[in-house]
Amino acid sequence: MDSSDVLLEARGICKDYGPVRVLFDVDFSLRRGEVHALIGENGAGKSTLVKILCGLIPQTQGELTYKGQPWRPLGVSEAERQGVVMIHQEFNLAEDLTVEENIFLGRELRKGWLLDRRAMRRLSREILAELETDIDPTARVRDLSVSQKQMVEIAKAISRKADVIIMDEPTAVLTSHEVEILFKVIRRLVQSGVSIVYISHKLDEVKEISQRVTILRDGHRIATEPTEALSADEMAVRMVGRSLEDMFLPKTPPPEVQPVLTVRDVTVPGFAYHCSFELYRGEILGFAGLIGAGRTELFEGIFGLRPRAGGFVERAGRPVEIYSLKDAINCGMVYLSEDRKGKGLITLMELAPNLTLMSSVREAGFWLRRREELQELERAIGEYDIKAPSLRSLVAELSGGNQQKLALAKVMAIDPQVIVLDEPTRGIDVGTKQQIYQFIHDLAATGKSVVVISSEMQEIIGLCHRVVVMRSGRIAGVLSGDDITEEEIMLYATGVKGAA
Amino acid sequence: MRSTPMAQETPRTAHLMWGRLTALGPLIALIALIALGAAINPTFLSVANLTNVLSRTAFIGIIAVGATLVIIAGGIDLSVGSMAAWIAGSMIIIMNRLVPATGTGWITILIGMAVGLLLGMAAGLVNGLVSTRGKIDAFIVTLGTMGIFRSLVTYFADGGTLSLNFGVRATYRPVFYGALLGIPIPVLVLIGVALLGGLLLNYTRFGRYCLAIGSNETVARYSAIPVDRIKTLTYVFQGLCVGIATILYVPRLGSASGTTGLLWELEAIASVIIGGTALKGGSGRIWSTVVGAIILSMIGNILNLTSAISQYLNGAVQGIIIIAAVLMQRGVRKGE
Ligand SMILES: Nc1ncnc2c1ncn2[C@@H]1O[C@H](COP(=O)(O)OP(=O)(O)OP(=O)(O)O)[C@@H](O)[C@H]1O
Ligand SMILES: [Mg+2]
Repeated sequence: MDSSDVLLEARGICKDYGPVRVLFDVDFSLRRGEVHALIGENGAGKSTLVKILCGLIPQTQGELTYKGQPWRPLGVSEAERQGVVMIHQEFNLAEDLTVEENIFLGRELRKGWLLDRRAMRRLSREILAELETDIDPTARVRDLSVSQKQMVEIAKAISRKADVIIMDEPTAVLTSHEVEILFKVIRRLVQSGVSIVYISHKLDEVKEISQRVTILRDGHRIATEPTEALSADEMAVRMVGRSLEDMFLPKTPPPEVQPVLTVRDVTVPGFAYHCSFELYRGEILGFAGLIGAGRTELFEGIFGLRPRAGGFVERAGRPVEIYSLKDAINCGMVYLSEDRKGKGLITLMELAPNLTLMSSVREAGFWLRRREELQELERAIGEYDIKAPSLRSLVAELSGGNQQKLALAKVMAIDPQVIVLDEPTRGIDVGTKQQIYQFIHDLAATGKSVVVISSEMQEIIGLCHRVVVMRSGRIAGVLSGDDITEEEIMLYATGVKGAA
Repeated sequence: MRSTPMAQETPRTAHLMWGRLTALGPLIALIALIALGAAINPTFLSVANLTNVLSRTAFIGIIAVGATLVIIAGGIDLSVGSMAAWIAGSMIIIMNRLVPATGTGWITILIGMAVGLLLGMAAGLVNGLVSTRGKIDAFIVTLGTMGIFRSLVTYFADGGTLSLNFGVRATYRPVFYGALLGIPIPVLVLIGVALLGGLLLNYTRFGRYCLAIGSNETVARYSAIPVDRIKTLTYVFQGLCVGIATILYVPRLGSASGTTGLLWELEAIASVIIGGTALKGGSGRIWSTVVGAIILSMIGNILNLTSAISQYLNGAVQGIIIIAAVLMQRGVRKGE
C-alpha cells in the first residue's frame, strides 16, 4: 500500500503514568477512508493510545504524523479544528445543556453577533434523523438514558467536519438495531473519505465494519492485520493470549416454586406502565427491548430511585414497601446502574471507598475502618480480576472495563439475594465477559436470583432462563425455553407480536 | 476469577504528588507571611502579638471548620455571620433575664452557653431541612436566613445595642481573655473544634458520605446514602460551630447589635478557599482551613504594624490573596 495513503500515523509510542508504563513502543497507522479497529483486553491501552492520537494526553515517547506533518495538537479543541474528532468511552457531554447545544458546543453557528439557534436546531434534527433516533434536540442531556447519550455523542462527532473520527466503544450500550444504523453512517462517512478508528469488544462488529485490525495486549502491539485474515475467534485468542471455551454454560432452569420477587402492575410515570412479572429463586431473568423501552426506569422505580405510581412489590411472598434504595437493600436487593460514571462510581475517589460506599450504609458503626476496606479491596481485586495501577489509585485511573468490574464488586459487597444488573458487561473484554457470565451463572446456581437488563442479544439468549421483552414502557411478552431466539425477541420488541 | 499480578508497592502517581503540593500550599503561604511580618516589624513575632492574632482568628476559624464540611458536601452557608449576631443577642437577653433568679454566677452563664449551642444547631437544622426537603438551593435559603437572623437581632436591640449585665460580664470575661498553660482559651477551643472537624471528616462514615455527596450526588444516591440527612447534618454542625464561636465572642465585648458578626460568612468561606477546599465540593482539609483563617487575620495584623500600606486596604489585600490562592491551586492542577 502506498504510504501517501496514510493519514494519521503513530510510531514508537510509549506512555508512562508516573513510574508505570502502559504503552510500549506502539505503532499505528490509519489510511484514508478505512475503518481501523483497535482491540484488546481491558486495560490493554486502547483508550490511552487514542487519547494520545487526539491530543487529550501527551505521549511520553514517540512520533505522530498527520497529513504528512508532525502532529502535536495542543488539546482536543485544536485537534478538532484540524479534523480529528473523538467519541469518548466515558461520555463527555455537558449534562445541563440541551442536546443541540451539546452537538454544537464550541463551534456554535452565528448570525452576526448572535447565535443562530434556528439553524442549529435544524441541523441537529437532520443529524439525529440520520441516526434514526427520536431524541428531542431541546431535551436536557441529564434527562437522557445512557444509550441516548451515546447517540448524542455520535451525532456530535459526525456533525463536525472531521477527517478522522475515533470511536471508543461507541456500541457498548447500543442494541443491534442502533448498531446497524451506526454502521450505515460509518459506511457513508468512509465513502466520503473519512477515516475511522473503531474500538470495540464486540468482535463480530469489528469483523463486519473494519478493514484492518490492530491488537493490543498489555500495552504492546501484538499484530496489525487485514480483518478478513482473522476470524472473530482468532481475534479473541490473540488478544487474550489463550483460547476461549464456550462463552455460555448450559442452562439449568430452576423449578418455579415460589417467586422471590413479584412485581404487580407497577407504573413509573413517563417510562413504564402496568408492569408485572415474577422472579424465581435461582433464576436468571433477562430484560430485552429497544432503547427507550423503559427497562432501566422500571427497575429504578422498583428500587425507589424514581417515583412510582400504583402497583405493588412482594419479596418472597411478603408485600414490601420500597421507597428508597436503602429499603431495597434491606430487602436484600441491589441494582447495578448502566451509567457507570453518572450513577455508579465516584471517579475522583479512591477504589476502596467506592467499593464500600454502598455496603457501609448497612453497617452500624460510626467510624471508618480503613484497614478492612483495603482488605476488602484486595479481595475484590482478586475475585473480579480488577487491574489497577495501585491499591490507592483513583477510579479515573482505571480502564473502562476495570471500572465496570469495580462497580459490579461494589453492589455485590452487600451480599444480596436479588441482583439486578443493568448492562453488566458494558465495556468488558471477551475473556472477562466469559468470567462474568460464569459468575452470574454461579450466583443463580447458589440460589440467588439475577435480572439481566442487556442490549446484547447474545447475552440475553445465552444466559437467561426466561426473557421479558419490553416495548414502549410495557411488557410485550415473556419468552422461555426454546422460544428465546433473536427473531422472537425482535418480534416482541418491535411490536409485531404481543400487546403494546 | 483469575488472579492478577499487581504492582504491590507502586507509589501513587501524579495525583498524589499534586495532592501533596496543594496540601502544603497554604502552609507555605503562612510561613512566607510570618517571615514577611517578622521582617517588617520585630514586634510581630512577640508572644503578645501572636496570641492576640490567634485569639481573634478563633471566631472565624471555628466557623470556618463548619463551613469546610458544608462546602465539601456541596453546600454553602451564607447565614453564619447573622446567625452569630442573633445567637449573641439571644444569649444576652436570656442571661440578663436570668440574673434575678440565678444571679451573676456560672449557672447563668452555663445556661446561656447551652442556649447558644442549641440555637446554633436549631438554626442549622432549619437551613438544612429547608434546602434539602424544600429542594431549594442552599445559597438562596441561607441568603434568606441571613437576612432573617440579622433583622431579628436588630429588632431585639430595637436598633441599638444589647448589653450583658455587668456582673455576669465580669464572671464570663475569662472565657475569652483567660488562658490555660499560657494558651488563650479561644485558641484552645479552636484547636478542639478543628480536631473534631478533622476527626469527623477523615475517620467517620459521616465524613466519607460528605465527600461522596460533594463529588457526585447522584452516585451517592445510587449507593443508598441518605443524602438529605447527611447534608442537613452538615448544616447542624455548622450551626454548632457558630454557637461555639458566639459563646467565645459574647464575653469579648459583652454586647451585641445589628452589626455583630458582619461579613463573617465571607471571611469563613474565604478561609475555606484559601485552605484549598474546592467550592464545588468533594474534597478538602480541615487543618488547611484553619491555616487559611490564620492567614486572613494575619494580613490585617501585618498591615496594622506597617505604614507601607494603609490598613484601610486590608480588604483589598485579602481579596488579592483569595484570588491568588485559587489561581495557584488551579495552576498546580493543570501542570500535573
Ligand atoms: N490517569 C491514569 N493514571 C494511571 N494509570 C492510568 C491512567 N489512565 C489509565 N491508566 C492505566 O493504563 C492502562 C491502560 O488503560 P486504558 O484505559 O488505555 O485501557 P483500555 O484498553 O481502554 O481498556 P478498556 O477496554 O477497559 O477500556 C490501565 O492499566 C489503566 O489502569
Ligand atoms: Mg478504554
